[in-house]
Amino acid sequence: MNTAREPVRPGTQLPVLELPALTAADLARYAAASGDEAAVHLDEAYARSMGFPGVIAHGLLVMAYLGRVVTAWQPLSALRSFSCRFMAVTLLGETLRCSGTVTSVRASEAGDVADLELEMRNDGGELKLSGRASVCLGAARAGR
Amino acid sequence: MPTLDRSFIGRQFPLSYATVEAEAVRRFAQAIGETDPVFFDETAARAAGYRSLPIPPTYAFCLKHLGGSAPDGALRALGVEGGSGKLLHAEQAFEYLEPICAGDELCFSEHVADVYDKKGGALTFVVLETQVADAAGRVLALIRHTEVIRNDL
Repeated sequence: MNTAREPVRPGTQLPVLELPALTAADLARYAAASGDEAAVHLDEAYARSMGFPGVIAHGLLVMAYLGRVVTAWQPLSALRSFSCRFMAVTLLGETLRCSGTVTSVRASEAGDVADLELEMRNDGGELKLSGRASVCLGAARAGR
Repeated sequence: MPTLDRSFIGRQFPLSYATVEAEAVRRFAQAIGETDPVFFDETAARAAGYRSLPIPPTYAFCLKHLGGSAPDGALRALGVEGGSGKLLHAEQAFEYLEPICAGDELCFSEHVADVYDKKGGALTFVVLETQVADAAGRVLALIRHTEVIRNDL
């Protein structure tokens, strides 16, 4: 578990996560694990009939990738909230880059909380996800 | 005609239930490319302070569906048909109050939190909010799912 040792302040960048090109096998594995086996993610002909250039990634799969930027930086138990807006669909073969920046650090009853802005873009710079998260710094809550 | 209006706000859907299975957590963590041992190894999870394998941040959304409610089940119940290209998942949000771990028995309670139009009624936004509680009724997480419906005007 990578816990940041440097002081966290507005402007602190989270380590970037670069993902390999998305494959049909990635979507099949996620479909089985998530229970979302909608044809638009798995069936090329169906996806085209819906007006897409090919099958599209599950929104919650790419959101899960974005979440890894946060959980690689601070323990999962420190995560307070995580949200995103879906800006563009992701197609097979696209390579995704996830990044995060601390926008503020505020005091709370449970200690300092860092608010983050998150982004996922493809290698052409197209914005796929625009996200936010809040993370409790210091004493992480553990599962009891 | 917009399919939904603000009179749907507050509409409650039937409860659904799911038990968090350790093997399913491992399979999900692997599917999203996680490598942190807390998601795979009970000993690592307990050493990190969890009761058992914790779930990755987005998995609660999937558990709701694995618990028997289809991803678009709530919208269908409101009379909105998926699969026509008219529906778009616009936003997704989670609030975490307590970690959810393997072995937890969860109850999902979903309602319509908001309905609003944009672009002169061409788009209707529906916000569905789900409370995730354990068997003792303790709320562990909140899920907000915003879907956009493209209306034929």
